[in-house]
Amino acid sequence: MNPRSHFELLGLAPAFAIDAGALERAYRDLQNRVHPDRHAGATAADKRAAMQWSVRANEAFSTLKDPLRRAAHLLELRGVDLGRESNTAMEPGFLAAQMEWREAAEDARAARNLGALEELRARLRDDRRTRHERLGALLDAGADQPAAEAVRQLMFLDRLEAEIGDAIAVLEDA
Amino acid sequence: MALLQIAEPGMSTAPHEHRLAVGIDLGTTNSLVAAVVSGSARVLVDHQGRPLLPSVVRYDARGVNAVGDAAAAQAVVDPANTIVSVKRFMGRGLDDVRKAAGGAALPYEFVDAPGMLRIRTRAGDKSPVEVSADILAVLRARAEETLGGQLMGAVVTVPAYFDDAQRQATKDAARLAGLEVLRLINEPTAAAIAYGLDNAAEGVYAVYDLGGGTFDISILRLSKGVFEVMSTGGDSALGGDDFDAALAEWAAREARLGGVHGALRRRLLVEARQAKERLTELESTFFNVPLADGQVLALHVTRKMFEALTEPLLKKTLVATRKALRDAALAAADVKGVVLVGGSTRMPQVRQALRLLFAREPLTDLNPDEVVALGAAMQANLLAGNRGGDDDWLLLDVIPLSLGLETMGGLTERVIPRNSTIPVARAQEFTTFRDGQTAMAIHVVQGERDLVADCRSLARFELRGIPPMVAGAARIVVTFQVDADGLLSVSAEEKTTGVKAQIAVKPSYGLADDEVARMLAESFERAADDLKARALREQQVEAEQIIAATRAALAADGDLLDPGERGAIAALVERLAACAAGDDHLAIKAAIADLNHGTGEFAARRMDRSVKAVLAGRTLDEIGT
Repeated sequence: MNPRSHFELLGLAPAFAIDAGALERAYRDLQNRVHPDRHAGATAADKRAAMQWSVRANEAFSTLKDPLRRAAHLLELRGVDLGRESNTAMEPGFLAAQMEWREAAEDARAARNLGALEELRARLRDDRRTRHERLGALLDAGADQPAAEAVRQLMFLDRLEAEIGDAIAVLEDA
Repeated sequence: MALLQIAEPGMSTAPHEHRLAVGIDLGTTNSLVAAVVSGSARVLVDHQGRPLLPSVVRYDARGVNAVGDAAAAQAVVDPANTIVSVKRFMGRGLDDVRKAAGGAALPYEFVDAPGMLRIRTRAGDKSPVEVSADILAVLRARAEETLGGQLMGAVVTVPAYFDDAQRQATKDAARLAGLEVLRLINEPTAAAIAYGLDNAAEGVYAVYDLGGGTFDISILRLSKGVFEVMSTGGDSALGGDDFDAALAEWAAREARLGGVHGALRRRLLVEARQAKERLTELESTFFNVPLADGQVLALHVTRKMFEALTEPLLKKTLVATRKALRDAALAAADVKGVVLVGGSTRMPQVRQALRLLFAREPLTDLNPDEVVALGAAMQANLLAGNRGGDDDWLLLDVIPLSLGLETMGGLTERVIPRNSTIPVARAQEFTTFRDGQTAMAIHVVQGERDLVADCRSLARFELRGIPPMVAGAARIVVTFQVDADGLLSVSAEEKTTGVKAQIAVKPSYGLADDEVARMLAESFERAADDLKARALREQQVEAEQIIAATRAALAADGDLLDPGERGAIAALVERLAACAAGDDHLAIKAAIADLNHGTGEFAARRMDRSVKAVLAGRTLDEIGT
């Protein structure tokens, strides 16, 4: 048996919309069977095979539970190269908005303004929710190139959110 | 729920006797051994009924003089040869220890050695691994005597925040003590097992584990028999010892003591620990400082003063706790219970701080000294295959620190991020920098910082034999693999030319395999017959297990083999059985290896079937609902 995708390994339909409960159940059922702890008394050959499947189960679960990685995996299955490194051409409107977000975050960080950082993060999360919905629609419609563009933009936003999170952490821990 | 019940591969199909397996908490201050006896986990006590073995070893010219309470009693008299808190030195170099001491006097005469320091004693230079093995050997003997037989294996706990070097050192120590390590598990996870199974807990729990020398915080989700670690954090050089040291330093300042070394230092630390423990119950107490003229100065110390002195230490644990919550993408309010582990959580200020952070009373219904060993014993029992039908659970743990590689300019390229569920494997592709480059230096590091210099160096190796190509044309794939013990192995391969230059590394710190073998040989020199008898018995036990597992597999899944394949495996089993009846442990070992090799394809087919059964069960299940 050689599943071609993380979806197939977990017995799920390859789609962006995913039932989180079903994903979790599928992952646990599989780990319950293949985890090395389930083969502790087995032969070395069994242990090796168990470890390989357990690694695949973890990889599949961590990929599918994260919306961006799930979208990237779907696009990869459709033969779309996300070109994370090479394709950095971004829509100018998005880049300008990016810059504004970044400046606002930097100002709030410099002013040690926890409230402003948290508000920024909340706005960012709202924006992301909308973008995820749009991304799902694009993927369902087979609009692969616009979907790839949406994924690239979301990667930028994720990085920005992580930076804001770090700045919040520094203030909270001070 | 699954509709079909299928026996699990390799386990439980063959009836067998109860296998002796224990859980060991190898602590900075105290160590414990526990086992599941008649269905419930309990800590095994010594002849005097004491559950805790102080993690102290005293050496004399002949070797080990005393371990435990007897050694601890000599710590003040003979500080140089009495090793306390050796766990702090596991997997550590002299530089690490100097840095951790922050300019303070070092407690022993250390000897620098590649990878891990040595401690100079009357019995010679001792690696922390050897000292730990001497502690483990006492616990093994206690367990074998109490349980009445040879152990098939042990689950040994490590702080969740231990890095790869510290984990490997712990596993080496167990091997050196003659223990088969069934699994290394994280201390907070072990505590969660003991707590969760006892209370049928469901939901998100935080385990706050402040021991003698290490601090861990783990956030776990308990659900339907699965213990899933969502994030972990901590400090592998922060514990109750540091609270003692802060109080001892204060006392030395107050009493205007000059240089504090050796016996005086040890004495002050003992006094500090006792004062700290009294302050758990009392609002104030006296700290007895021995003066040079033989008199004793009684310093008055209040709980408030102690709390102020140690506030920075407590704060460090709270910062790590908040970080673990962030990593799990949770708020304090999402946590259903806070489990306290480690003797240092008895300090009132710790409990108060957690009450404030989580807005709930911490859970203390299990003895914080014993809970880790009890959980480890339960896991050992499970792994040994002794569990009953319903009594089943699964641990999904994570790595505490990111693993990566050094790239151009001394920067870290992360390959596996922290809090990844183990086992995990990731490959990363690199290329050459110069035309005609035929070798590549690979430097494996662990840590969260961007600069390699700020991370822990785990291993360096070179991939050689890359065919000369223009810069950027080679495709070197470096694969990191972390097993269920949290231990890393790395391999590298050049892909374009089909020339497979491949190397598997065991990180270069600590002890090389031959060094462990040499130590093992030395420890058995005094009893050469013992060595042979033990080696034989170990191989026989392993042979029995493998024969049973293989026969069970043939019975359950023999239809996956054609008659020829089946006959070949049966022949290997028979040969192993014949060897195991003899007394040549090397022949048994070889026959085990042959059987393992001969069943590789069979194992792969059986795992395939197993995975398919999961998928089939689910499909039927979903149609049914």
